[in-house]
Amino acid sequence: MERHAEIPLGSVRVRSVNPKKFAMWLFIITVAMLFAALTSAYLVKQSEGNWPEIVFPSLFNTTSVIIVLSSISLHFAYIAAKRNNLLQIRAGLAVTSLLAIAFLIGQYMSWGQLISQDVFFVGHPAGSFIYVFTGLHAVHLIGGVIFLAIVLYNAFNYKVHSKSLNQLEMCVTYWHFLGGLWLYLYLFLVLNN
Amino acid sequence: MSVADIQIEKDLHHDGHDDHHEQSFISKYIFSTDHKTIAKQFLITGIFWALIGGGLSVIFRLQLGFPDMELYWLKPLLGKWITAEGKIDSEFYLALVTMHGTIMVFFVLTAGLSGTFANFLIPLQIGARDMASGFMNMLSYWFFFVSGVIMFISFFLETGPASGGWTVYPPLSALPQAIQGSGAGMTMWLVSMVFFIASTLLGGINYITTIINMRTEGMSFTRLPLTVWALFLTAILGLLSFPVLVAAALLLVFDRSFGTSFYLSDIYIGGEALPHIGGSPILYQHLFWFLGHPEVYIVILPALGITSEIISTNSRKPIFGYRAMIGSMLAIGFLSFIVWAHHMFVTGLNPFLGSIFMFLTLIIAVPSAVKAFNYITTLWRGNIKFTTAMLFSIGLVSFFISGGLTGIFLGNSALDINLHDTYFVVAHFHLVMGSAAFFGMLAGVYHWFPKMFGRMMDERLGSIHFWLTFVGVYLVFFPLHYIGIAGFPRRYYSFTSFDAFQTFTDLNSFVSIAAALTFFAQFIFLFNFFYSIFAGRKASLNPWKSNTLEWTTPRLPGHGNWPGAIPKVFRWAYDYSKPGAKDDFIPQTVPLSETPESNLPNEVEEAKAEAKK
Ligand code: HEM
Ligand SMILES: [Cu+2]
Repeated sequence: MERHAEIPLGSVRVRSVNPKKFAMWLFIITVAMLFAALTSAYLVKQSEGNWPEIVFPSLFNTTSVIIVLSSISLHFAYIAAKRNNLLQIRAGLAVTSLLAIAFLIGQYMSWGQLISQDVFFVGHPAGSFIYVFTGLHAVHLIGGVIFLAIVLYNAFNYKVHSKSLNQLEMCVTYWHFLGGLWLYLYLFLVLNN
Repeated sequence: MSVADIQIEKDLHHDGHDDHHEQSFISKYIFSTDHKTIAKQFLITGIFWALIGGGLSVIFRLQLGFPDMELYWLKPLLGKWITAEGKIDSEFYLALVTMHGTIMVFFVLTAGLSGTFANFLIPLQIGARDMASGFMNMLSYWFFFVSGVIMFISFFLETGPASGGWTVYPPLSALPQAIQGSGAGMTMWLVSMVFFIASTLLGGINYITTIINMRTEGMSFTRLPLTVWALFLTAILGLLSFPVLVAAALLLVFDRSFGTSFYLSDIYIGGEALPHIGGSPILYQHLFWFLGHPEVYIVILPALGITSEIISTNSRKPIFGYRAMIGSMLAIGFLSFIVWAHHMFVTGLNPFLGSIFMFLTLIIAVPSAVKAFNYITTLWRGNIKFTTAMLFSIGLVSFFISGGLTGIFLGNSALDINLHDTYFVVAHFHLVMGSAAFFGMLAGVYHWFPKMFGRMMDERLGSIHFWLTFVGVYLVFFPLHYIGIAGFPRRYYSFTSFDAFQTFTDLNSFVSIAAALTFFAQFIFLFNFFYSIFAGRKASLNPWKSNTLEWTTPRLPGHGNWPGAIPKVFRWAYDYSKPGAKDDFIPQTVPLSETPESNLPNEVEEAKAEAKK
């Protein structure tokens, strides 16, 4: 950071929110709008009638539990980071990553369950929408897993601790958001069927 | 300064600032993370696209104005799209219209306008060294660039570029069998838009973060210049609406490339039924216009912000109703999300819903009128300096009013049955959005050119440019109202094939000539712009005697904008001709305690408190 020698700091308005975290919140808003648009589209389409009943894959229940558990384990890592317990940080992050991968596999298998009842991606929109919701959510979740991996890597390099929480905090926020998003999507589907 | 502050400051300056010391040409001009350079990149790219977009419109106006003209001379440019009879291919005509709309709305008036002025003005006017993330900012430009490259390449496809209109409604846009342009051209359109949206979102996130987190000391929200307010709200609108376009486009991609049926149902082509069932093209319109309507305000708000600044400065008067201006922008921003169905009155929308949307649409006229009123009252009895920027700003107000009035007709769901998809709509939005925003952009360029390039543009050429363009715009778009009321639909290849429209042949020729002349008048600007970059008169530090912070920087601000400490702010941006003051302007950096002669009663206390500090 040599450049501080060149340019005097002056008085920057310092606020409680770190710009990166703030930008991250804005990103979350865009993702939320994307799914709000898709679920509204679902409602508009459904209101036009001629909407086949679809039995949702039972695996959705399992994956919902998994993603809640992953949020809990990540929170555990976060608390550990505040207490500077390195071992627990790593364990929490690792467990979360494993649960995340289990969730993705579960979602993938649920597509199998859909196919076995003849609901395909290509076909009536009532079915296609389910694939779009789960698929697009999974894409965002994969982004989250990469983020987790980065934090885990940093945790192994002693870079995550009570004085350096920003990255972990951002990861936790994003992860809770993704969990909540999935629960919303599932609830939305169930309530509108 | 506490440890925490330094930590933040480090964060703010962390991204991509490894390039201190000697910057290479590439990191200084190409992959720059400096907001001023990125702004210029957006500007130049925007000008490039404006020329292409304008050129396309002149070509299709030739077809409309002179349907019998032989266009063999365009063959070197358009190749096989000029038919053996010397006419523009009728499907390529649609591609021209589509590309014109797409380029103008997205590349010129969204990226070119917001991209340029948000990047340039936000850090300079709020007193920040740069954007929150220079790296994201650079990405934002390069995504836009890539998006443009893809769109450009689509012109050279065998089947031509997308041709379903800038709104790319399915089923036309979803079925390659329907029209040539719905083949590879449409695919490239969608890919290009994905990059474009990514660019807009990256930019928007950055603008909002910067404005909220990095204002200099004293720069409260109630002291922000209206330009920054406008750019702030624009970014928020973009952040909320572009993801919806992503959703719309994503489903369209699935329909096109994977065979799903979100927008398609019961379609027969050549007597054969397509396998799609259960979809609805109206769904697309809902999603599209949920973005589309806020998008028109994304286009106009920055122009209105720029105008507020310029009109106040050059009337030497405080802006009339500063808070009302902010309030009306907030209201417009909010309302713009709940009026989208006024684009869909004739899609079989439930008439009851139609009347609700009509009601909401007409409410938007109120904050819009507040803005127009405030511009006029700011001008009223002002000590007006007719700089070129001022002329263009006044031109904007004129277009905003004359085009906004026709919006009230269109917003009426019964009248719209007659007017929808006619040239009346074309006239409406070209005045209120197209020309107004374009004038805002030009006004901004003339006004901030001295800060961008350290030199002045030529004012005489500027006012010639203004008068030609101003008169030209009205000559082009005013007659279109009549053609529209007579019922002529937009996007039709030819007028002359219908008896009812024969009478408009001369009027159409007239419009086309005016359009070509107005287009060529823009070369005066181009000359002025590029010539002045290198050989313009050197600008003084504050050529317009303006109050805002950017004019406290050196003539050519370097990396970091202010060589010393960032200036503090003590007052709003509009202390022009304040009674008692010795000059007719007091920059935002002058403390109240130094201007006892002009302080208002409520400022006297503040000045005391200030002096104690
Ligand atoms: C008084 C305020 C306004 C009202 C009541 C209004 C109303 C309308 C209505 C009802 C339509 C649909 C017409 C149709 O397709 O049949 C329309 C079209 C349009 N308006 Fe406005 N408008 C207003 C201001 C604006 C402003 C400020 C802008 C842009 C800055 C704008 C941009 C557009 C555009 C681009 C279209 C056409 C889109 C297309 O079909 O390609 N309008 N307006
Ligand atoms: Cu609209």
